[in-house]
Amino acid sequence: MHTTANAQDRVNDFVLKLANVNGTGSASANTLLMKSMFRMGIPVMGKNYFPSNIQGLPTWYEIRVTREAYVARSGRIDIMVAMNAETYQRDVREVDPGGYLIYDSSWPRPTLLKRDDITILGVPLARMCNETFKGVRARILLKNIMYSGVLAALLEIDLDVMRALLAESYSSKKSLLDSNTQALEIGYNYAREHFPCPLPTRVARMDKTANHILIDGNTAAALGCLYAGATVGAWYPITPSTSVMDAFKSFCQKWRVDPETGKNNYLIVQAEDELAAIGAVIGASWNGARAFTPTSGPGISLMNEFIGLAYYAEIPAVLFDIQRVGPSTGMPTRTQQGDIMLAAYASHGDTRHVLLFPANPEECFHQAIDAFDLAERLQTPVFVLSDLDIGMNDWMCPVLDWDESYKPDRGKVLTKAQIENLPTKFHRYLDLDEDAIPYRTLPGVHPKGAYFTRGSGHNQYGGYTEDAAEYQIVLDRLRRKFERAKSLVPKALIDASGNQAAIVSVGSSDGAVREALDILKSRGVTLDYMRIRAFPFGPDVEKFLASHSLLFIVEQNRDAQLRSLLTLETPIEKHKLRSILHYSGLPISSSCIVDGVLAELGNEKRLVNSG
Amino acid sequence: MSFITKPKITHPGLPKNDIGLTRRDYEGGMSTLCAGCGHDSVTAAVIEAVWGLSIRPEQLAKLSGIGCSSKTTAYFDSGGHGFNGVHGRMPSIATGAAAANRDLYYVGISGDGDTLSIGFGQFAHAIRRNVNMLYLIENNGVYGLTKGQFSASADIGSKAKRGEENKQPPVDPVMTALMLGATFVARSFSGDKEQLVPLIKAGLRHNGFALIDVLSPCVTFNDHEGSTKSYEFVRDHYDEVVHADFVPPATEITAQYAEGHALPVTLHDGSRILLRKLDPSYDPTDRTRAIGYLREKLQQGEHVTGLIYVDQSSSDFHAVNNTTATPLNQMAYEKLTPGRKGMEKIMGRYR
Ligand SMILES: Cc1ncc(C[n+]2csc(CCOP(=O)(O)OP(=O)(O)O)c2C)c(N)n1
Ligand code: SF4
Ligand SMILES: [Mg+2]
Repeated sequence: MHTTANAQDRVNDFVLKLANVNGTGSASANTLLMKSMFRMGIPVMGKNYFPSNIQGLPTWYEIRVTREAYVARSGRIDIMVAMNAETYQRDVREVDPGGYLIYDSSWPRPTLLKRDDITILGVPLARMCNETFKGVRARILLKNIMYSGVLAALLEIDLDVMRALLAESYSSKKSLLDSNTQALEIGYNYAREHFPCPLPTRVARMDKTANHILIDGNTAAALGCLYAGATVGAWYPITPSTSVMDAFKSFCQKWRVDPETGKNNYLIVQAEDELAAIGAVIGASWNGARAFTPTSGPGISLMNEFIGLAYYAEIPAVLFDIQRVGPSTGMPTRTQQGDIMLAAYASHGDTRHVLLFPANPEECFHQAIDAFDLAERLQTPVFVLSDLDIGMNDWMCPVLDWDESYKPDRGKVLTKAQIENLPTKFHRYLDLDEDAIPYRTLPGVHPKGAYFTRGSGHNQYGGYTEDAAEYQIVLDRLRRKFERAKSLVPKALIDASGNQAAIVSVGSSDGAVREALDILKSRGVTLDYMRIRAFPFGPDVEKFLASHSLLFIVEQNRDAQLRSLLTLETPIEKHKLRSILHYSGLPISSSCIVDGVLAELGNEKRLVNSG
Repeated sequence: MSFITKPKITHPGLPKNDIGLTRRDYEGGMSTLCAGCGHDSVTAAVIEAVWGLSIRPEQLAKLSGIGCSSKTTAYFDSGGHGFNGVHGRMPSIATGAAAANRDLYYVGISGDGDTLSIGFGQFAHAIRRNVNMLYLIENNGVYGLTKGQFSASADIGSKAKRGEENKQPPVDPVMTALMLGATFVARSFSGDKEQLVPLIKAGLRHNGFALIDVLSPCVTFNDHEGSTKSYEFVRDHYDEVVHADFVPPATEITAQYAEGHALPVTLHDGSRILLRKLDPSYDPTDRTRAIGYLREKLQQGEHVTGLIYVDQSSSDFHAVNNTTATPLNQMAYEKLTPGRKGMEKIMGRYR
């Protein structure tokens, strides 16, 4: 066997990649592998690289086993399970020297096995499946479980933990449980007999996952909607946001059905398109329900006209934009942070919107709730800008705890009695409290509270206007209202120890940045760090920008959208900013940031030296 | 220019409805439409109907898109909330509003442009969902607000003011609604209050989506000779097939009708629509035959009006969604959150 790295280094610190054809049931094996290591107390991270297709195209799943609990891609591959003949050559190439490749040796492919700096392990998976199991589909599915057994032996994954997981999945289907367990054991035994198990690259029990869960961001966001008290959801299916509504629906089926009447305390509208989805959200919010729509970039593009209406007529709305690769249809199953500018100023005319940037599923949950509170407090659309990486991959995060004292902030809505006691007629857009936020009333409550909602020019009393001064009073207050949002949105997270240079990032780039900071530190480069969590940028963001002389803006898009927004919305001097951009569609890796920072610092030095 | 409110002068002698309100209590802002515009007559009919039904002013939510027609939601029932949304998208706002509070009456007012071109998709899907609302199209064959371009309801051969002839086939909202499974389909004329008022009453009380396509001439851009949406043309070529009389609950039907000519339909709340068939062979509860009848008449150059189709048995939006009886916007938060215990349970799945 060929080894280059120190074997000890790779215990609980390696990347396992599984190359498959989609539609062959590999997902359950991926989960089984990842969760069994997680249950052994070892931090894991899973990333799914899947095609925009239902069956027959290549799909990869990457599990990073990381004793340091990093959450980003490391950029290396230590073990490849190459099950897809189509991508076999490319998969062989990807393995780092000293790594391993496992393939199905039922039909020998000697010409393809051309690398002597990695270890190649052949297992006759198909042959063993065909000998043991009946039915074409069962054989295909169980092949995945069989290589999981092989990996269990090679990596020393606790077989009992895996058996227990299978038992949980097939608790009501004894025959499936039996065949799955059998496949697992066949693979396990084969590996034990034919290979020196375990490999130096392997796992060992830890206790770093207690009080943690494995959850994807879309499920967490849906859970946030459930706990925020959202009752109306409207959507049009689009990857990668679909699972938000799928999860919301299944939570509602469990928790929102009245036990006495069997009636639903929620209503989900599968709209005819995104225009109708946001229209329904606006109608429901106008009428006093908490309503939301999950979508992705193309949906936001369609919703633009309505978003402007909600902004100008001051109607709460919560939008989840699970970003994917653009422009246009782009790559629907790949990740990007490409909608920052689109969302910040969505719609024609002077519009600007509150954006929240979750970095992980835990924040998806909390920011979903924040989004409803902010939307109703500020009477405006609020966007939660998640992305495919956060939304559709399983992340390890702390168990979510629920603070029973939470009360939804429904904002300034007049009650029936308050309307009754109004000294004058109700005036919808008057800044009575001088906080730039007017009062609103709900339909059906009291005739004295009635007003006319319109996207056409209106004065502060709610009346139609084409008068310049009257129009401007309202528009200027909207500007002040947006200023007020600065003190209400989540603050940036800042790690500062007085360095001159710093990294600034947003959303799912966070994991890679944190790991990059550690790596840089080990190489003698220490940097401060700020992760922005909301737009508009608060004074904390401005202060951080002002107090550093060199700022690396790390983001996942081509056009440096966060950097653009920072230069537009803060007094930052452009010459202090350097972009580190990643827009391949795969989640950003720590190495990309380390390389970017070091290259730039090298340039800086050269500049300083030559100057 | 600010919003003009009509001076409120109360005449003690004005008739009151069952909840003690006069017609004036259902009025809105002063209309800014052209004098003689059909849309103003529709507004008057809506006021008459809502007053007659004794609906509390705040119980009516008024929704519209953009156009001269869509402006009219500001001209009636100032005691109810109004929402002038974006062009062609009123149905989705109505869907969301109805989802949030099932207890209000929703009246959506739209134009032929708003409904049949830019908003065609939303119109169709509100019908498919059977949203509980009254949907009025004030149909004048043109885009009034953008100064008289042909709309999708303009008939082949109809002439624009400056002589241009429309060559594309029209979209008939009544036929479309029938095809899509609408549960209440009517056509009327802004100039025929006697026909229109009971239809509005019945439509408001209908459980589900009620469409009334109201021919409502645009005096400024489409009331000339050669237009098929002028007052004169509509008077001459639109014929009633079924007249609907609205009968409130617990009221006796007293009038006498010839055998086979009267058909009472009981609505959800116990009120009835008494259908007076002007053509005894016509059956307003048979969708397929209604479609055939309309086609036949159209070939003879006749447009059918009245309550063309009604079905009281189908499930509305909330029934389909099995929604709770309490309006969702009034559910206490405690009923909506699984709480801390629930969270512990939920977390179990992800450990
Ligand atoms: C997105 C958009 N496109 C175009 C317009 C311009 N527009 C305003 S009203 C209207 C047509 C209205 O026609 P109709 O619905 O028939 O109403 P009418 O004025 O005839 O009553 C158009 C095209 C708009 N307001 N919004
Ligand atoms: S332009 Fe036509 S539709 Fe518009 S208000 Fe005048 S008459 Fe009515
Ligand atoms: Mg029109």
